[in-house]
Amino acid sequence: MDHIFFFYFAAVIATTSVLVVALRNPVYSALALLIMFFHVAGLYVTLHAEFLAAVQIVVYAGAILVLYLFVVMLLSIKSEERYHNQLPVAGLLGVMLCTEVILLLIQSRTASSAPAIPADPAVGPGNTEMIGEALYSTYLFPFEVASLILLVAMIGAIILAKKDINERVQQ
Amino acid sequence: MAVPLSYYLILSGFVFLTGVVGVLIRRNIIIILLSVELMLNATNINFVAFSEYFHNVAGQVFVFFALTVAAAEVAVGLAIIIALHRTNSSIYIDDLNLLKR
Repeated sequence: MDHIFFFYFAAVIATTSVLVVALRNPVYSALALLIMFFHVAGLYVTLHAEFLAAVQIVVYAGAILVLYLFVVMLLSIKSEERYHNQLPVAGLLGVMLCTEVILLLIQSRTASSAPAIPADPAVGPGNTEMIGEALYSTYLFPFEVASLILLVAMIGAIILAKKDINERVQQ
Repeated sequence: MAVPLSYYLILSGFVFLTGVVGVLIRRNIIIILLSVELMLNATNINFVAFSEYFHNVAGQVFVFFALTVAAAEVAVGLAIIIALHRTNSSIYIDDLNLLKR
């Protein structure tokens, strides 16, 4: 049963990620990425990371992708008729690296499919509770730094997107 | 866990390399940013798979931080694209060769 779910999600994720790169219309690319985000969230649920699945849908699909679609519509981009000139080199590089990764991982499957560390038999706290405890105790300082990163990104985006900020100050 | 860890690693390696190839072959800056999102998602799949495999919640916390950085990157990146489109009226990287001229 687990295998069926995994292969379904993996097949859709692989297909849509290729579509994101291959489709010529930016809107179609963004929509393919949306389908991929939903299936990654499904994969998280099968991995017992329910909180991250919800965050994936809310933040990635709900916020980040809508921002992309806004910009695509705002700039009204026509679909692109050709790829970059370095397509043959990049394609060859990609195919070579991909085969390499798959071969290496298949070879080492005996090592990595050793039995996982057994889970605690007692019923522990829920997924969200565990993440919250780790986030606000062990990772408290990185959490504060993350809020600083968001603040810097917000100020930077406002300053970059604002039109002629200097002229208005001078007036 | 029924599904071996290496299956997740193969999936995430494939998605990551798709993102790398996307960055290399596309001319549209928006699609290049979407390919960067693909790469970030591939690393997130890795983190969550290892977190489940070793029963350690730290992997999921790091996915949380990667998500924060992705959101910040998108906000600044799209603002840069809009500024570029305003000055050059093009978002194809072939047309942005001011330093080469």
